[in-house]
Amino acid sequence: MPPLYLETRSIFEVSQVKKSDQVKISLMISNPFFGRKRPEPSRPLPPGQYLEDGFPVLSAGPTPRVDLTSWQFSITQNGHSLGQWSWDQLNALPQTDLLTDLHCVTKWSKHDTNWRGVTFDTLFKSANIDERAGFVMAHCDGGYTTNLPLPDLLNGKGLLVHTYEGEPLAPEHGGPVRLLVPHLYLWKSAKWVNKIDLLETDVPGFWEQYGYHMYGDPWKEQRYHGD
Amino acid sequence: MASSGWQVATITATQHVSARVKLFQLALESPISFAAGQHVDIRLTAPDGYQAQRSYSISSRPNSQEELELAIEKISNGEVSSYLHEYCSVGTQVEVRGPIGGPFILKSGFEEPVLFIAGGIGIAPLMSMLRLREYNDNLENSALLYSTRMLDDLVFSDELFKMADRNGLLFIPTLTRESPADWNKRADNQTGRFDQSNLKNLLEHHISTPKLSFICGGTQFVESLSVALVDAGCDPETIRTERFGP
Repeated sequence: MPPLYLETRSIFEVSQVKKSDQVKISLMISNPFFGRKRPEPSRPLPPGQYLEDGFPVLSAGPTPRVDLTSWQFSITQNGHSLGQWSWDQLNALPQTDLLTDLHCVTKWSKHDTNWRGVTFDTLFKSANIDERAGFVMAHCDGGYTTNLPLPDLLNGKGLLVHTYEGEPLAPEHGGPVRLLVPHLYLWKSAKWVNKIDLLETDVPGFWEQYGYHMYGDPWKEQRYHGD
Repeated sequence: MASSGWQVATITATQHVSARVKLFQLALESPISFAAGQHVDIRLTAPDGYQAQRSYSISSRPNSQEELELAIEKISNGEVSSYLHEYCSVGTQVEVRGPIGGPFILKSGFEEPVLFIAGGIGIAPLMSMLRLREYNDNLENSALLYSTRMLDDLVFSDELFKMADRNGLLFIPTLTRESPADWNKRADNQTGRFDQSNLKNLLEHHISTPKLSFICGGTQFVESLSVALVDAGCDPETIRTERFGP
């Protein structure tokens, strides 16, 4: 039914104080848009995100089939392997459980997801890798890549995960093993990951070459290049 | 490439094309150049500063006109799609940015066989590609499998049947929840879900191996058909997917 009693749009200046920048910005208000029920203030969402109960799948191509008997994950640098793990070797390492929120650049967020896997701190320690600075490129079955700073994988921030909500990670969600870097937009948590390559400089990965942000902090709304 | 920031767009026309889908023509303050398959983000702001954004695929052909056409399905409890459907009409302004998108694009010079597979409103970005192919006069090299629940959901069907009759598009629509009278009079019309046997039959008898396939629809639709396409012999590297919904 048409809202005859309202202007369908209006543009005016409002003073909106963001905690982060404390500036007066001009917003175009969509009248009578009020949005859906907001999350409680104790659990704010990053800007522009909405809460999703399901677990959407976003992949650029078909879900690859991964054979666990030949599965291998490696960390490389300048073409040399610094460490590699079979499926059994990965499972033999100390495991970490993580309860975290996910934020996808396509605007959905999901609260309270349960994961199990191995932290990169554990992987680095098990292979005696001392590198702590620089960047990495994650490589995946199917050809996907994504880039991030190495410190964003360390100090408990990044994991290789194989279990979601107590079950083996489903193939369409990146199983058997995906990266999980939940403080960045979810495209950085590469599905079907099989290698990270340590780099001195930051090189754009798959989506980053299409104009998506090099870093991707959801709380700064770094969706696209220039954000 | 990516967006250059938000701008104001004015709705210049709307049209109900099914019970749940409405077409919107948007005139942008600064018209954008996009590739077939790309999308834009729409942002709404409430009086208290709350903002909601969603992505919508562009269904118009690149370089066809200054306005963008978006085919938007009204999602129950969808805060942006409901607002667009219920409160937006000619003259309404919304904020838009884009174009945005990755590998899910069809370039103008690509003349080799292409397979398109749409589930429901997943037709939107494929429509831009099909219109591009029609404009470039190589629809004979194209096949479209398009699955909806009911005939009413088969948006753009008039245009697609014309593309098939006049310009050689192999158009295979299927309805999964009804079988209207006369539907089966057209030989390529089907009922029931697409599966691997449809794809095998298509690849063996109708089109040579597609050099690119674009699959767009709901998560399960895309998951099952992309896997079926690989099983039917398509190289995974040639399959581009885009999914929506939880």
